[in-house]
Amino acid sequence: MSGLLQVEDLHVWFDLQDGGELHAVQGVSLAIDPGERLGLVGESGGGKTTTALAVMGLLPPSASAAGRVLLDGEDILAGGEATIRPHRWVDIAIVFQGAMNALNPVRTVASQIVEVLELHGQAKGARARVQAGELLESVGIPAGRGERFPHELSGGMRQRAAIAMALSCRPRILIADEPTTALDVMVQAQILELLDALCRDFGLALLLVTHDLPVVAQLCDQGTVMYAGEIVERGSVDDIFHAPRHPYSRLLFAATPDLDGEGDEVASIPGAPPRLDRALEGCPFRPRCDRAFSPCVSLRPRLQTVGERHAAACHLNGVPEDARERQR
Amino acid sequence: MSVNGNRPLLEVEDLVVRYPVARGLVGTVTRTPKRSVHAVDGVTLSVRAGELLALVGESGCGKTTTAQAVLRLVDPVSGAIRFEGREISRLGARSLRPLRRRMQIVYQDPYESLDPRLRVRATVEEPLLIHGLGGSKAERLEQVRAALARVELSPPELFLERFPHELSGGQRQRVAIAAGLVLEPKLLVADEPVSMLDVSVRAGVLQLLDRLRENGLGILMITHDLSTAARFADRIAVMYLGRIVEEGPAREVIHDAQHPYTRALLSVVPRRDPRHRKRPQILTGETPDAVRIPSGCRFHPRCPVAIDDCRIHDPELHHPRDARTSEHKAACILV
Repeated sequence: MSGLLQVEDLHVWFDLQDGGELHAVQGVSLAIDPGERLGLVGESGGGKTTTALAVMGLLPPSASAAGRVLLDGEDILAGGEATIRPHRWVDIAIVFQGAMNALNPVRTVASQIVEVLELHGQAKGARARVQAGELLESVGIPAGRGERFPHELSGGMRQRAAIAMALSCRPRILIADEPTTALDVMVQAQILELLDALCRDFGLALLLVTHDLPVVAQLCDQGTVMYAGEIVERGSVDDIFHAPRHPYSRLLFAATPDLDGEGDEVASIPGAPPRLDRALEGCPFRPRCDRAFSPCVSLRPRLQTVGERHAAACHLNGVPEDARERQR
Repeated sequence: MSVNGNRPLLEVEDLVVRYPVARGLVGTVTRTPKRSVHAVDGVTLSVRAGELLALVGESGCGKTTTAQAVLRLVDPVSGAIRFEGREISRLGARSLRPLRRRMQIVYQDPYESLDPRLRVRATVEEPLLIHGLGGSKAERLEQVRAALARVELSPPELFLERFPHELSGGQRQRVAIAAGLVLEPKLLVADEPVSMLDVSVRAGVLQLLDRLRENGLGILMITHDLSTAARFADRIAVMYLGRIVEEGPAREVIHDAQHPYTRALLSVVPRRDPRHRKRPQILTGETPDAVRIPSGCRFHPRCPVAIDDCRIHDPELHHPRDARTSEHKAACILV
């Protein structure tokens, strides 16, 4: 596997006002190949967005990160802003949930894309304007509408414009953080179809960050489930849904009503995620888990292979002999 | 399902709500005709005691305005609203007051709807004070406890003295529901009650509503989420551009949808199972604006199966030929 993007043992800490530290991302490793669609799921506070921001080098000043983020084998995290800048937008781009916040309200959509193109030396003047028009059309915004201001566009059109802007420099990886969360279901379907086509037709790799499992089930090949700052399961979306090896993945699906799952018992997961401003002992999911047993109290499970491209961090899959040692 | 066979708790007939559109300076000077947003344009629905009706549709379709009109928070232009058999659409503020406690609302965002400075006890007690109900201080506390127990925040002692910021999202929404229930309403309007909550706790709040419904509460739930409606509603009404275009028992609307809009909506709902990937029927364009409602069937410009007649004929809700039950209705001339 070529590994277009590899994240290795990523940690992120936030400084808290009271002097404490919040360990938001606790040793996350993941890899994306060209054209692959990876869904990063879990409830809020699980570290999904922080992971995405760390990869983009967009963490706020109160955060510090450790680990490696490799793009084509080159570490873009270690050197800080200097090492990520040449790649941001050019190789990796991101779109956020609120497209309105990503767009400048006092400039037309097309002129903002022209600015990005010129800034990154992609094109100049008339050529840049033509390219901006093409980009907008490629995401389904008719040429004339590019001359409008963000507030004159609907939510769906704004999200398309934000995607067009993110694609200006033809990145190979697109990170989409809850790209459809604020949108209506029909508009969501339009945006998902667009993302699908971009991956299929241009070999774009997609890291989709969302709490919406059905969206991942429909759009992604691979799924990664995060809980309390770490990955608790990863595998094909089919494995995670049909053969989950971590109770959190199973319970998360069971908490999601499905249009066809008429007789299904839809159940909440009791309790709440642990606080990340203090050290965790044992399995972070144990207090909410319906299958916890004695090793879960003191021993933190590590991600272990449970099948082909399938791994889970749960003692139900076997407690490794040397785990106690490693735990020290 | 409803047990109270006779009269629905709430009956809305041909409800119309319009909002004026600001003309702006130029419009005023040039005397451009005044226009209005036809937010609700002839809605008919009913909710029985012990029944949950889900009103579904995309943003801007008028579902929230319908709910607000039912509660008389906005004034309808025309139409009838009968609550417990009594026409309330023209009642003044004074006569409405005793009715208000019998119909309560729960809003979408429990982070906004709860006063951050009030303890849970005060939040739940407040409606009693406003309506001058509940007797002595001790009696009121007893009712607050009972309301907290009904929303499964137990033991109540654990929550009485807490502030909203000390509660999780799910717990906050339960407190908001308790503040509605303390007045012992007959009808609860729940406007997107779980959309701001984390996936892991949504089901719990929905199950709570389900149990309240079993105990006789009538619930009008506004939602954009068809999966939730499919699982928790007795009946579903689908709204498009100010009208109900399809209505019937939940399972019929989901599994035997008649209106092309409902069918398209259902086809784009993402399923949990990755093996269940269907080709969604994506409608192009967006919902037209409610100032200029298309002629004939309001859905015809986006309808994949529209015929010429659809541009002229405005269809009424009727029992479709092939529908399996008589309670199933759709507004489409093709069915």
